[in-house]
This record gives sequence, structure tokens and C-alpha cells, in this order.
Amino acid sequence: MEIKTVDARGLSCPQPIVETKKVLDKISGGRVEVLVDTVTSRENVLRFGRNAGWQGSFEESEGFFKVILEK
Amino acid sequence: MNRVLMSKYGPALAGTIIGVIAALLVKFGNPGNMGVCVACFTRDVAGALGLHRAGVVQYLRPELAGFILGSFGSALLYREYRPRGGSSPMIRFGLGFFAMVGALVFLGCPWRAYLRLAGGDLTAVAGIAGLTTGIAIGIMFLYRGFSLGAARQNPKAAGYFMPLLAIALLALLVIKPLFGAEGTGPIFFSAKGPGSMHAPLIISLAAGLLVGWLAQRSRFCTVGAIRDLIMLKDTHLFKGIFAFIVAAFLTNLALGQFNPGMEGQPIAHTMHLWNFLGMVLSGLAFTLAGGCPGRMFIMSGEGDSDAGIFIMGMLVGAAFAHNFSLASSGAGVGAYGIPATIAGLVFCLAVGTLFMNRVD
Repeated sequence: MEIKTVDARGLSCPQPIVETKKVLDKISGGRVEVLVDTVTSRENVLRFGRNAGWQGSFEESEGFFKVILEK
Repeated sequence: MNRVLMSKYGPALAGTIIGVIAALLVKFGNPGNMGVCVACFTRDVAGALGLHRAGVVQYLRPELAGFILGSFGSALLYREYRPRGGSSPMIRFGLGFFAMVGALVFLGCPWRAYLRLAGGDLTAVAGIAGLTTGIAIGIMFLYRGFSLGAARQNPKAAGYFMPLLAIALLALLVIKPLFGAEGTGPIFFSAKGPGSMHAPLIISLAAGLLVGWLAQRSRFCTVGAIRDLIMLKDTHLFKGIFAFIVAAFLTNLALGQFNPGMEGQPIAHTMHLWNFLGMVLSGLAFTLAGGCPGRMFIMSGEGDSDAGIFIMGMLVGAAFAHNFSLASSGAGVGAYGIPATIAGLVFCLAVGTLFMNRVD
């Protein structure tokens, strides 16, 4: 399965969501990993993904978060 | 409490409490419909530091120090303190500068626009319409790939600057150094006008700390609320400002502070076009920078130096606004408020256009 990655680390609100939306709008399912570096962006991307009908979870890495959206 | 603030009810809960606090601060002595105004307070701080010499708007508002320290404490406690910066700081300074110019043409930041409405000031409607328009223009740029670039993680100590500045301002407020030539200054305190009207220090500081903590946990943002509603049909943050307005309105009503009308409203003018355009400018500048002025103070407490730079732009913008007669008064717009608003709009539109560079 192809994994799409969005690197939204360091971007101001709401750019992590804009970048995520661009990717989600192009595909109907699969796995998208969004890299963010603040808890606020993590929550925002998770909320956006779930509202768009994707399953959301996250992993914490060294200094950033990987938000995983699956459908 | 923390779990609720982090939940979908967070912004509404924070908004309710902040709305009540804002109305109470007026009762305790803050100027009318100005329980909390991030722009006005920053302008008062600029005056107190002698950066401008408009004698009626000079006071070291402890609420602002409270915002930064409340957020700093909350961010440390919940492991969200994350020093970061480096996303076009000079441009953010400019956005802060012109956001302040726009806010002082209208006479209030988005927080105060809502509070003016909640106090019955119907001239705020043009301001809120302008704010919404400015945010909508900002969204247009965001959809076209607008970005000031990514911030980077900074060393741990990089985030201490703003909390230390907050403590320094509090110290100056308590010590009141007045050894200037005329028996006043280097710190200036208004003897009359809005700057002379303030709640007792301890109440203002406690309110600021509480608001800082609540806003840090809930991500309360008065610009993000409208942005997310228009852009994503997401009402999460909008519930926050809705609750904020309703809570302030009901508290004002209970305290006899609700006076509906257009004329004679506290620290407001009736030049509707410039109320509107001043807030178009502010709304656009805030949207391009990523949040409302309150949110900038909160993020600066979390260690975001780009937000800190934006605040410095606001501080300098406030000084220029008064030194160059850009700021409005109850009588109407300042002598050069109109060209400054237009210059600000040109600046923001140029920034919006020139930074539409993020590639997929």
C-alpha cells in the first residue's frame, strides 16, 4: 500500500490542514502520514481527518508527531 | 478541567469564562467594553514605556504579562513548551505592525470587537464585518499556497525571552521608576483617559494568568474561529467566540453595563467605513500570521518566537500609530489613519501574493 507523507512541521495555522486537505482530496482511501511539531497542529490535523471520515491516530517521534490517517 | 479544555467543549468553556472575566474587569475599573483588548493593552504598554507620548493611553497592563506567563506555565506543565521560530520574522514584524494600525483605526482588536458588541456598541458590527472580510481574503491566499515558510525548533532557552519580558514589565509596574526630567518617566502612567482606568493590579494579573492558561489549553482564537468556520466548516473554535460574546453580554446585562446604540459608545467612533476597513486590514494581517493577537501572546508563552516578533511589531506599530496620528479617537479616524490603512492593505496584499510559493 502506498503511504503518502505530508511534512507540515513548522508551519503556522492552518497550513498543516491545508496541506493535508490537498492530499486527502485527491484520494479515496489509503494511508496518509502527516508530520507536525506542535500538539495544537496534531490535534487540528486529527480533528480535520476524523471530520473528513478518516481514522486517526498518532505516534510521537524525536521532536515531532506523526499523525496517521487511514481509510 | 484539563480534559474538558482539551475536548470539543474546550473553546466554549474557555470562551464562557473569558467572557465573564472580561465584563468583570470593566466592573473592576478597566475602560468601557475593554475588559480585555489585546491591541489596546499593547498600545497602553507602548505608551507606558514612552514609545509614544499620547498621555491618555499609558499603562503597563498586567493582563498581557499574565497571558504570557499563564500560557508559559501551562505549556511547561503539560509538556507543550516548544521553542520554535524562524518563519520570515521580519515579515511577521510588519504584519504585527499593520495589524495594530488597523486595530487602532477601528479602536480594538478582534477580542474587543466582540466585547464592544456584547456591551451593546453597534458600531462594532462594521468592525466584525471587516474582520470577517479580512479573514476571507487571507483564506484566499492560504488556498493558493500562502506560507511564510516553516519554523524550526530552537534551543530550549530561546523561549524564555517573552516570559522574562513579562516579568520585567510587571516589575516596572510595581517599582514605578519615575526619575525623568519632569517628575515622570521613564515609565508613564495616564492621569486621565482610558490609560488611567484599570482594575487593581492583582485582579488584572490574576485574570490575565487565568485567561492565558485557559487559552493555552483550549487554543481559543478569535481569528481562527472565523477562519476555520469559513474555510473548513469547522465550528470547533467558533463555539469559543460565540460563548465569549454570550457570556460577556449576559454578565454586562447583570452588571448594568449593556447600553445598546451607536452614539456615545466608550472608546469608539461612528465612521463605519473605517471601522470596516481598519478591521479588514487587521483580519488579513492576523490570518496571514496564523492567529489573533491573543493567540500570539499565548504562542509566545509556549516558546514561539515568531509570535513574539509579531507582538514586537504590534508594540512598534502602536507607537507609530500615535506618534504619526494614525490612531482613531472617539471623534473619528486620526489625521493620517486613512492613508495608513491603505498602505497596510497594500503591504498585506503584497505579502499574501509574494508568499504564495509553497509547492506540493
